[in-house]
Amino acid sequence: MKRFTGDLQSCNYEVSESGQGGITLHVQGKMDASNAATMIETFSDLVKDRQPRSLTVDLQKVSYLDDFGALVLVETRKMMSNGKNHFCLQNVNDEASKVLSILHFESLEKGDPFRKKRPPAMLIRLGEATIHHASDLKFLLSFLGSVCLSLLHVCLHPKSLRRDDTFLCMQKTGVDALPIVGLISFLLGLIMAFMSSVQLRQFGADIYVASLVSLSMTRELGPIMTAIIVAGRSGSAFAAEIGTMKISEEIDALFTMGFDPTRFLVIPKIIASIIVVPLLTLFSDVFAIIGGLVVGILTLDLTANAYITQTIKTLTLFDVFLGVFKSGVFALLIAWIGCLRGFQVKGGASSVGQATTSAVVSSIFLIILFNSVFSVILRYWE
Amino acid sequence: MARQAVIQVRDLVARYGEDIIFDRVSFDVYEGEIFVVLGGSGCGKSTLLKHLVGLISPDSGQVIIGGDDISRCDDATFQNVLKKIGVLYQGAALFGSMTLSENVALPIIEYTDLPQRSVATLVRMKLGLVDLDGYENHLPSEISGGMKKRAGLARAMALNPKILFFDEPSAGLDPVTSAELDNLIVHLNRSFGTTIVIVTHELQSIFAVAHRVIMLDKHARGIIAEGDPEYLRDHSQNPFVRQFFNRQTKKNRDGTEEK
Ligand SMILES: Nc1ncnc2c1ncn2[C@@H]1O[C@H](COP(=O)(O)OP(=O)(O)O)[C@@H](O)[C@H]1O
Ligand SMILES: [Mg+2]
Repeated sequence: MKRFTGDLQSCNYEVSESGQGGITLHVQGKMDASNAATMIETFSDLVKDRQPRSLTVDLQKVSYLDDFGALVLVETRKMMSNGKNHFCLQNVNDEASKVLSILHFESLEKGDPFRKKRPPAMLIRLGEATIHHASDLKFLLSFLGSVCLSLLHVCLHPKSLRRDDTFLCMQKTGVDALPIVGLISFLLGLIMAFMSSVQLRQFGADIYVASLVSLSMTRELGPIMTAIIVAGRSGSAFAAEIGTMKISEEIDALFTMGFDPTRFLVIPKIIASIIVVPLLTLFSDVFAIIGGLVVGILTLDLTANAYITQTIKTLTLFDVFLGVFKSGVFALLIAWIGCLRGFQVKGGASSVGQATTSAVVSSIFLIILFNSVFSVILRYWE
Repeated sequence: MARQAVIQVRDLVARYGEDIIFDRVSFDVYEGEIFVVLGGSGCGKSTLLKHLVGLISPDSGQVIIGGDDISRCDDATFQNVLKKIGVLYQGAALFGSMTLSENVALPIIEYTDLPQRSVATLVRMKLGLVDLDGYENHLPSEISGGMKKRAGLARAMALNPKILFFDEPSAGLDPVTSAELDNLIVHLNRSFGTTIVIVTHELQSIFAVAHRVIMLDKHARGIIAEGDPEYLRDHSQNPFVRQFFNRQTKKNRDGTEEK
């Protein structure tokens, strides 16, 4: 009888041969998480090397065995059964047999729980995506409908508006955004004035820097920049807030308490946004004009008076109203899509993340799209 | 024979801002026992548990797990202590974007060198242990509350920790499921010798599983009773403790019931 021994951290083993190509493994010590990986590797090498007809594992001297130990036995058994060979255990003490029995060692079938669901065929995926988008569209429309109904309801019964929520939302969306909107617009005005002054100077048309900055800001850039900042700050926040309420069943709670979730959550956000975003836009215009003014005074030798006079001469009331009107529409879009994405959340935390991303991306897309539509309409109107 | 204490708490003081939740609490948890922390709602059971697993550092005092003072030891030692413990949170805290088997496999893959196939088998064993065979590929949002608890337990046990902590394991479960969970706890304790610390106020669970209990009280800001639950029920000096175990309402001094 030949014997081999090996050492595996807190456990060692001994191999003896028992006629007719069978071998016995005498394991001694602990079989637990600390040495399971090495043991599996060693035993599989052993089986591969010697190709035994049968393998017996002797557990007499095993002092501790847990499910990692059981795993070693299962894996060894699997290796043996690959070649239709015999495997058995010997001298299993009480404690080990208790562990093996609660783990259903005997019946533990060989299979792979990580059977990843195979991705379905392309046509099926195409169909599923279509259906998904169609139902998305349906939800979008029904949400739009319920928002309109709730808005109508609030217009008819102004008392039903949640006033405190609306004011809080106005503060979060508007007042708190003022510093960043102001800073970005100021820098934008500065840069625009600076870049254009280089060109206009060649024609001695310095004074038109004021026209350029004020007109482009009030009509186009002011509303767009403000809307994009609000989409990033507040649109995402709406989606995350409502999404989290959805997965923690707070929306369901509102519903069963007899509140209309749309009226309760969405309307305050929409109304607050429609009020504060145009105001933010006006601030943005002013800050950009101040930025232009700074450049005008410092690098173009214009007087403040001349700059401001030129600005006033350029702008018409219509330009300002147009910018304000556009930003009101953008505000509606941002709040609507943010809340919509929030309500579309299903499942867990990662879904909230997706909704937030999607809220910002969709808002920016819609802002640009609607801005283009406005441009086309104005082109033929004026 | 003196048993070995695996958790030693010494003069632990916990506070949130100005509120002192408990003041100079000391107790030991011995190896291989099922230790229950009980008390009324809001008396600081969850707070105590968070101190025991190192989520909150104590205001003063020590929590010693397996010889290491977890509030003062260095990071490497603390990481080692963390490998010795498993926690089942009140809401199971499964990762929602992963299937049950991925949840359970996560610590196994990160902390052991087992080959992928063996991990799969081990995960199946762990889930089988908590009677979740066949749910390997379900997402946490697709299973019931009791099943989530069991899956959370399977994940907490993934590396066979020496100590398992449970925060209100039976909260939100029906009596049958909750009794099954109790059985599972006793089973784990017997088969693997795991030390188990449970926070609960579920009387039936306490009598079913506890070897030893401590009872916290909001007004005393500390432990008002310690020992065998059945003994405390019948023989405690403190009338409030007896009331708690006998499920009576608060009595006034003259014996009339409080309105
Ligand atoms: N994060 C926290 N900040 C401030 N106070 C807290 C915080 N968590 C819990 N508390 C207070 O600590 C006390 C104990 O809370 P907790 O440990 O959750 O009680 P239990 O789990 O026993 O019901 C309560 O009075 C609670 O108000
Ligand atoms: Mg609690």
